[in-house]
Amino acid sequence: MDETRAGACAQVPASGLAEAVGRSVAAGGRYAMLVGLDERSLGGAGLGLEAVLVGPGGDLERIRAAVPLDATGYPSITPLVPAAHWDEREARDLLGTVPVGHPDPRRLVLHERWPRGYHPLRKDVPVGARPPLADRRFAPFEVHGEGTYALPVGPIHAGIIEPGHFRFSAIGERVLHLDPRLFFAHRGLEKLAEGRPLAGATPLIERACGVCGVAHGVAWASAVEALTGTRAPARAAWARVLLAELERLYNHVGDLGSICAGIGFGSGAARLGLLRERLVRANDALVGHRYLAGIVVPGGLGRPLDAAALAALPGLVADIEAQVAAAVRSIVRSDGVMARLRTTGAVPAETAAALGATGVAARASGIDADLRRDRPYAAYAELDVSVATAASGDVAARFHVRAQEAAASARLVVEAARRLPVGEDRVPLGEARAGEVAIAGVEGPRGASWLWLRAGDAGTVDRVRLRSASFANWPLVAAAMPGNVVPDFPLINKSFELCYACTDR
Amino acid sequence: MPFDVLDRYLRPLRHGRATSRYPAEAPDLSPASRGLPALDAAACDRSGSCAAVCPTGAIKLESDGWRLDAGSCLLCDACVAACPTGALGHTGEIELATRRRSDLVVLGEPPWAVEGGAAGKALAEARALADANALATAIDRRLGRSLHVRHLDAGSCNGCDWEMSALLNPYHDVTRFGVDFVASPRHADVLLVTGTMTRNLEEAAVRTYEAMPEPRLVVAVGACAIGGGVFAGSYAGRDGIGEVLPADVLIPGCPPRPEALIQGLLLLADRWVPRG
Ligand code: SF4
Repeated sequence: MDETRAGACAQVPASGLAEAVGRSVAAGGRYAMLVGLDERSLGGAGLGLEAVLVGPGGDLERIRAAVPLDATGYPSITPLVPAAHWDEREARDLLGTVPVGHPDPRRLVLHERWPRGYHPLRKDVPVGARPPLADRRFAPFEVHGEGTYALPVGPIHAGIIEPGHFRFSAIGERVLHLDPRLFFAHRGLEKLAEGRPLAGATPLIERACGVCGVAHGVAWASAVEALTGTRAPARAAWARVLLAELERLYNHVGDLGSICAGIGFGSGAARLGLLRERLVRANDALVGHRYLAGIVVPGGLGRPLDAAALAALPGLVADIEAQVAAAVRSIVRSDGVMARLRTTGAVPAETAAALGATGVAARASGIDADLRRDRPYAAYAELDVSVATAASGDVAARFHVRAQEAAASARLVVEAARRLPVGEDRVPLGEARAGEVAIAGVEGPRGASWLWLRAGDAGTVDRVRLRSASFANWPLVAAAMPGNVVPDFPLINKSFELCYACTDR
Repeated sequence: MPFDVLDRYLRPLRHGRATSRYPAEAPDLSPASRGLPALDAAACDRSGSCAAVCPTGAIKLESDGWRLDAGSCLLCDACVAACPTGALGHTGEIELATRRRSDLVVLGEPPWAVEGGAAGKALAEARALADANALATAIDRRLGRSLHVRHLDAGSCNGCDWEMSALLNPYHDVTRFGVDFVASPRHADVLLVTGTMTRNLEEAAVRTYEAMPEPRLVVAVGACAIGGGVFAGSYAGRDGIGEVLPADVLIPGCPPRPEALIQGLLLLADRWVPRG
């Protein structure tokens, strides 16, 4: 798809990168991602950083700076644009680009134990090198003073939850500060993808996340198609809408149930959990995989949709939509439940905007943004995507926005199934030119997920970066905690429902 | 509202049984549901198309035989689609759990003679993990029919973990087997481990295992935990948990379906009766 092919890229000196990004944000641009690069694979001399923003009109803005291989670094973007804070730390760990003046220069992706000077995304570091780890400890940020104490939680949790460490500073039950430490599930996905054929890396990319695989898959397929000058058939474009909305639907229904579970409201959790199970079973009947893996591929669809399952889908989804609505009504009418959700974990709009929030988390804080409407891909341009927002930014707001989006997704599934054109599923890919870049943004269940892709020699991946919605939103969870009590953390955390796997890669 | 409260209690009565009858009945799969591909060796032309498309190198064509490592297989059916002769077929075979890594390697039948030597080589290639039969029986005697399970995500994509969560929904309801997920390793008999065993998590994973009272069991859940899956060969993790923790049962899949998890747990507890 042509809209994915990245346009011109402004070159600035490393000393001026932060200012250029700051100017763009001041002019109404929305920060999307920062990509660290080793330019030596394509004849360059050192490292590079590319900032990607969405301009006020929805166009992409790219700003690139060359950064030296040594530790001289460049002036940090974060003091001007806080949303860049984790991106800069990640690029420093993986490539060695040093953000001078970053307010939190601790390690992020490679924990303290990794050797200093080891930067796995550099082209001269082999993918399978496993250097010995040292016995260095994590330095958490804690609040000290009379009556304060620190509470460490994780990385292994009590429930069936992904690994992450949370250091609470509290007085009594009241949280003063939360320092989250993630990337325990860092699997080196981006490095593994380098050198693989563009056509063959799909199973790896979609496994950035078990439950956002369609979002990552659509971003990946769009980017590869842009680089290879391929236009996916109309049937595939509509099927991608269908699959993306099924993914949003089962995630949102499950998440509404998780919010119930987060306050011990068992009947709501069981009811919604059963509906989620019906949805993933419908996914399985349609494509043979409960989480829709292996279906979105560059060039179209990896396999045909099962005809009988497709015919049954609209009726099934309409029934589930009605049952979700009934469950939500029963939850909303329960004062005991709503009292727990209201005012809990509130994130003001300014905080959400400054930290670059996205998805349900942003919309529940009043930010009216949705890539399906703002930068349509697949067949979204032909659909009316209603964007639900709320003002209060608390758990209740995220619950309501999610419930409305689930209903809207169910209707989009029905409409996409009805309008799905007959025709071929897949076309062959064209050739990619080394050095070309494509950038794709997809509105996944958790918000905008960005994928930056540069082709290498002979149709391979030179560099791919996935910046998931969860990566963007994790700092928001920390911002939502101060003032709340420690026991509300599971509820607040579940109301964001972020993936660690998507973030850590 | 009183009506809502009443509804909450009466709803299950109105709706009847929501829970699956697995394993008394076969898993309720759809025709599209993907399981382990099956080879009709007589129809195979040895083109190697299957091995060429396999994303994890699960298929090996060697001079003396064709083999499929179910432990690395994603059950993706790419090889089935690529097979020029139709020799490789789609199946719904998902009950694949075994006690030994080497038992996951499926050997092609003639026309290629598979000699003991070749099979022996395959076994050596697949890192053999300890046979836990005797231990499991001992544990069964000690623990009776109840298993207390602790989940450990050692760097997965979260897919296996969501299927584990699905075990607790009313459809799969794993508590009907006396299986209970517990909050602390100190209360656990079994560690269900997903993911490749990332280097960032390794220390915490080992400490979790060490915190369990003995006797303790470990289940490797999914392709990543068994052999690294799509993440094998990375700087950031091991190629499966076997280099760090002794797995007593391995459950293939990417992710294994809830029924496959149940099968693996029943196998672990010596309560699995193979389907006839
Ligand atoms: S099903 Fe997929 S992962 Fe398994 S052997 Fe075939 S191609 Fe490989």
